[in-house]
Amino acid sequence: MNKISVDIQNISKSYKDVKALKDISLQINQGELFGLIGPDGAGKTSLIRILTTLLIPDSGIATVEGYDVVKDYKEIRKITGYMAGRFSLYQDLTVEENMNFYATVFGTTIEENYDLVKDIYSHIEPFKKRRAGKLSGGMKQKLALSCALIHRPDILILDEPTTGVDAVSRKEFWEMLMRLKDHSITILVSTPYMDEAELCDRVALIQDGIILSVDTPGNITGNYEGKLLAVRAEDLYQLKKDLAGYEHTLSVYLFGQNLHLTMMEKNSEKDLRSYLKTKGHGELRIDQINPNIEDCFLDLMAGKERNP
Amino acid sequence: MKRFRGFVIKEFNHILRDFRTLLILFGLPAIQLLIFGYVVSNELKDIHIAIFDQSRDRITRDIANKIISSEYFIFDGYLDNTHEIDEKFREGKIKQVIIFEPGFGENLMREKSADIQLIADASDANTANLVVSYTSAIIQDYMMDLRKNAGAKMQIIPEIRMMYNENMAGAYMFVPGVMALILMIVSALMTSITITREKETGTMETLLVSPLKPIQIVIGKVTPYIILSFFNAVTIVAMGYFVFGLPVQGSLSLLLLECLLFISVALSLGIFISTIVETQQMAMFFSMMILMLPTILLSGFIFPVENMPEVLQWVSHIVPAKYFIIIVKSIMLKGTGMAFVWKETLVLVFMMLFFIGNSVRRFKIRLE
Repeated sequence: MNKISVDIQNISKSYKDVKALKDISLQINQGELFGLIGPDGAGKTSLIRILTTLLIPDSGIATVEGYDVVKDYKEIRKITGYMAGRFSLYQDLTVEENMNFYATVFGTTIEENYDLVKDIYSHIEPFKKRRAGKLSGGMKQKLALSCALIHRPDILILDEPTTGVDAVSRKEFWEMLMRLKDHSITILVSTPYMDEAELCDRVALIQDGIILSVDTPGNITGNYEGKLLAVRAEDLYQLKKDLAGYEHTLSVYLFGQNLHLTMMEKNSEKDLRSYLKTKGHGELRIDQINPNIEDCFLDLMAGKERNP
Repeated sequence: MKRFRGFVIKEFNHILRDFRTLLILFGLPAIQLLIFGYVVSNELKDIHIAIFDQSRDRITRDIANKIISSEYFIFDGYLDNTHEIDEKFREGKIKQVIIFEPGFGENLMREKSADIQLIADASDANTANLVVSYTSAIIQDYMMDLRKNAGAKMQIIPEIRMMYNENMAGAYMFVPGVMALILMIVSALMTSITITREKETGTMETLLVSPLKPIQIVIGKVTPYIILSFFNAVTIVAMGYFVFGLPVQGSLSLLLLECLLFISVALSLGIFISTIVETQQMAMFFSMMILMLPTILLSGFIFPVENMPEVLQWVSHIVPAKYFIIIVKSIMLKGTGMAFVWKETLVLVFMMLFFIGNSVRRFKIRLE
């Protein structure tokens, strides 16, 4: 049985008349790489700020490593590595000065925990005399992560660390996170990118302050009900309109060059093909595919709207 | 302690790498000293005076009455000996002492000439100038009347002496004022901006999620500014001495200690502002509006507080610079010690405690 690192019980939080979090409960195990997945405005940052003791929940209880986020905020601040949504670096200080500063704030030195940050810091060490403001997005992100890790935290909380970073850097960043698991640090990452969910041990899908599902990425995609078809044709726009108008269609979403279509159980591909033929679509291709997290997310969202 | 040192080093780096900060810190004092070199003139009202009448005859009483009944002066009583003159001036309330020579009336009647001495407190050069010329005018006026009645040629020769500032140099007046202004700007404005900057760029969020206590964050941010402001204060005193020939009559160490106290008041005000506002722009606006303008206008730096409408006089009581300027003038120009400025010093100490207390209470340990 895994030990629980973060325990969230019935947390709610409102700003004036906006309900950011509605009665959320969630457990994160120790040493887990946990993803908090959801679009902008879903409540990710609010939840993370409650866990980092920056906000007080309106109701509910949350603990991090057994410490209450309201009462024991001082303890939590000692054991947490936090990377805020905006990279909290001092732009006018050099890479090395930023690192040294955060190290001294936590009462440690770069040398002391060098083994932990080496994997990440070595990427930017050649530029250690450069000011943080002059770094590229990817390098800023690595520096911010190094700073968050420098005091060897028990839990690392990252708020949208990959937003605004190029695809290559994103990939590298996730590889680093996965390697950090060897140091048995619990990691909580929030992200709006669905494709990153598959790299987590477990994910929570969050939307409008409600958690739609908590599971391993495999289980979430495995539990997808219905058959998913990828449909493509010459005129994608017209195809989407026609599919939306098709009486057996449950949902249709655009994914790059394809349309992902879910139909009500009974219908076969043959009927669909003939329907689209009558609409005059050329170069038609229909394949059955395995759903990804985004399909599941959209399906869960749609399901919530159908039976709220 | 290591944390604190790291914080201070970081703060110094911020300051030394930002051109605008450096300009405000070191460019401004020089510019202001030049600007305020121009003397601003103004009107007189309710100046406290005393009279040392060694003659006590009809004419001296008439002249005294004429001066006292003018709307410019408030009569604070007769003095009995020359020692009292010095004492009264050191107290600071009396701005002018009028001295009639012994046998004034007799001399005037018999020799057609008598001496009158006007001694003014010229640590405020402007006011002193005005006080003396107004008094002279009144005496001339009395002479004209006397001549008409007596028909004889008589004259009263006023001998004017400026106390504390014999050459009537304007610098004597504006150096303490500029000192107050610069220390206020550097300390209050810069600290309020530097703290709100961390809020704005989001680094405060990270600092909060760290074991640092609010007081550590604040003191760490403020320490470099104490050092730099103190350096500025020393520079201004030195400039006053070497460029304008302004002496420090009193104890230099007391003067510097009072500077340090005033810097602390300004810093605590800056911290207090930063706990109220969220953005650098707001911090700047607040500092300008509630600190700079009153420091210039209501501190007695340029316009004598006594001449202001009553409401503004009340407001001037909460302007820290007012007390600081009184203290600096007393120490630099009159050479007085703690015994004469303890009241003002105490006011500043209370102001500092008030703002620090409120800042610590208001400092947010969270984001809301």
